[in-house]
This record gives sequence, C-alpha cells and structure tokens, in this order.
Amino acid sequence: MAKAKGAIVVDVERCKGCQICMVNCPTDTIGMAEEVNGKGYHYAYMKNPENCTGCTNCAVVCPDGVITVYRVKQN
Amino acid sequence: MELKEITRPENLVYRRTPLMTDATLSYCPGCGHGTVHRLIMEVVEEMGIQEDTIGIAPVGCSVLAYDFMDVDFSQAAHGRAPAVATAIKRLWPNKFVFTYQGDGDLAAIGTAETIHACNRGENITIFFVNNGIYGMTGGQMAPTTLEGMKSSTSPYGRNNKTMGPPYKITELIAQLDGTHYVTRQAVHKPGPVRKAKKAIRKALEVQKEKKGISFIEFVSNCNSGWKMTPVDSNIWMEEHMFPFYPMGDIKVDGKLVNG
Repeated sequence: MAKAKGAIVVDVERCKGCQICMVNCPTDTIGMAEEVNGKGYHYAYMKNPENCTGCTNCAVVCPDGVITVYRVKQN
Repeated sequence: MELKEITRPENLVYRRTPLMTDATLSYCPGCGHGTVHRLIMEVVEEMGIQEDTIGIAPVGCSVLAYDFMDVDFSQAAHGRAPAVATAIKRLWPNKFVFTYQGDGDLAAIGTAETIHACNRGENITIFFVNNGIYGMTGGQMAPTTLEGMKSSTSPYGRNNKTMGPPYKITELIAQLDGTHYVTRQAVHKPGPVRKAKKAIRKALEVQKEKKGISFIEFVSNCNSGWKMTPVDSNIWMEEHMFPFYPMGDIKVDGKLVNG
C-alpha cells in the first residue's frame, strides 16, 4: 500500500510556541523544543520525524504560518 | 528516508503564501488573527487578484493588518471601515474591497456603519473576527462578551441585568435585504480552517458578481484577554463560545438558511 512520508520545516525564529500545531497533529510528530528561540519561545520541532505523513494539518492551523510541509509517496 | 530527501522543492505541499509579508505578526502566540490573515491572502493568491484587492484595516489588535498582508490597504477611524470601504468601492467598482474588523470595532463603535453598509448592500466583503473582548486595550468587556464571562471591566462576570446581554450582530445583519452571503466560521482546528477558506473564496466571488455584501464572522480566541494558554482558550471557545455563536451559513444567495 502506498504510504506517504512527510516532513515539516519550522521557521524557528518566527515560531511563538503556542502549541496549536502540536495538539492538532494526528500522528504525534510535533513536540516543543527544550531550547528557546531568540524571542524566548519554546519552538515547535519534529519530535517523532518517522511519524510524519505530511498531512499539512499543523501548517494550516499555525497562526504565524511558520510551518512548511513536504510529502513523498512511498510504495 | 533522510530528511534532506523529503524536503526537496518538488515534494513541497504547503508553504506560507508569499502574499503575507515577512514582518513578524504583532499578535499574541496562538491568536486566530494570523490564521485569518493568511487564509484571506491564500484566497487572493489563488484568485490572482493581488493587484486589484484593497483592504481596510480597523482599530484594534489588527490595526497593523496593512503591515502583514501584501495588498493595497487603507486604515479607518474606529468602526468606520465599512464607510471607507463604501467610498473606495464606489470609486473603483471593479476592485475587490474588504474590511477586516474585530468585535469592538464592528459590533460596538461601528454598529451604525456596519448596519447601514449592509442595508445598502454595498458590494464589499466584511471579515469580522469575534473574540468576545476588547483585546488591544486590555481585555475590556465588548458587546459580544458572553454572560458570566470575566473581563477587566466585568471582573465578576458579565451580568445581563445591568450590562445587557451579548448580541449576535451577524444574525442581525443577515435580516437585511442588502446582504447576500452571511456565514460564521472558526479557525482553531484544521477542519474549520479549510471550511473557512472556502467561505472566504465564496465571499470574494459574491463580490465579483456584484450581488451585495458578503459577511464572514470568525469566532476566535483571545488567550491573553481570557487569561488562558492558547490551547486551553481554543477548548474554552468550543465549550462556551460555539453554543452561543453556532458555526455555519446564516444566509446563502440572499436567502436565510433557517428562515
């Protein structure tokens, strides 16, 4: 069965750490980093990169539009 | 599969629209304003109308909207955005003109302008972000604040007896003949965001066909004003705001949905 493999790229310096992407991720891919960015926010990152399917749910709810999504179809 | 192999340009499925400028949004973390801005710009990009779109910024948190959306913009005095939009639209009937307003702007100080612009059926689009509070000035009670809801000017909760009940301006203006498309949406979850984008597209198409006012209310959060985390404020919004401000179309093609 074809399975999609995805990845997200977070614009770390623009992320405000609101966690809305994290709670809307259906595959538990996203977590909040221990470190903080230049503004002092715990930014989003791929905690479990192997889970990502590239569904874009995180990117469409991100208020600051910091997430870019990539998807590859695998056989 | 290596991350580098996945993040190739040909695998790109979602990126921030270039119609949003590089300026960092001035909104609090988790605020729905950013999402609404982006959705409007995505629709403008898809319709290819960037050169022909003129926005009117309000007074309130989104007063700097012109810094974030890369289309022509004007900014109106508090609540007067529909009046300014009327003038611009009448001078340039073929441009797409929209106002972007909050609840303090549209439902309080701008009530007269809103109702009369809707009654006249100007061919403009009104985007109304309702978070039930005056966000920018420090969380004061707005006409849309729910009964019992605490704000800095109703610290014991809104009392309907002394302060009057909250009102639904969206249902109110849907009764007017000039409105063509009236709907209420939200942007707190992926599903509602996708629906909201479709509504924005429809609203701008109504304007293209010169059928009258299209009006979209976005029920949104104000986590700073409500004194909650962004995630908690979205849950609170679902539990408390949505029963009073139900989602969905109120008027489609000039006909009330439940009338």
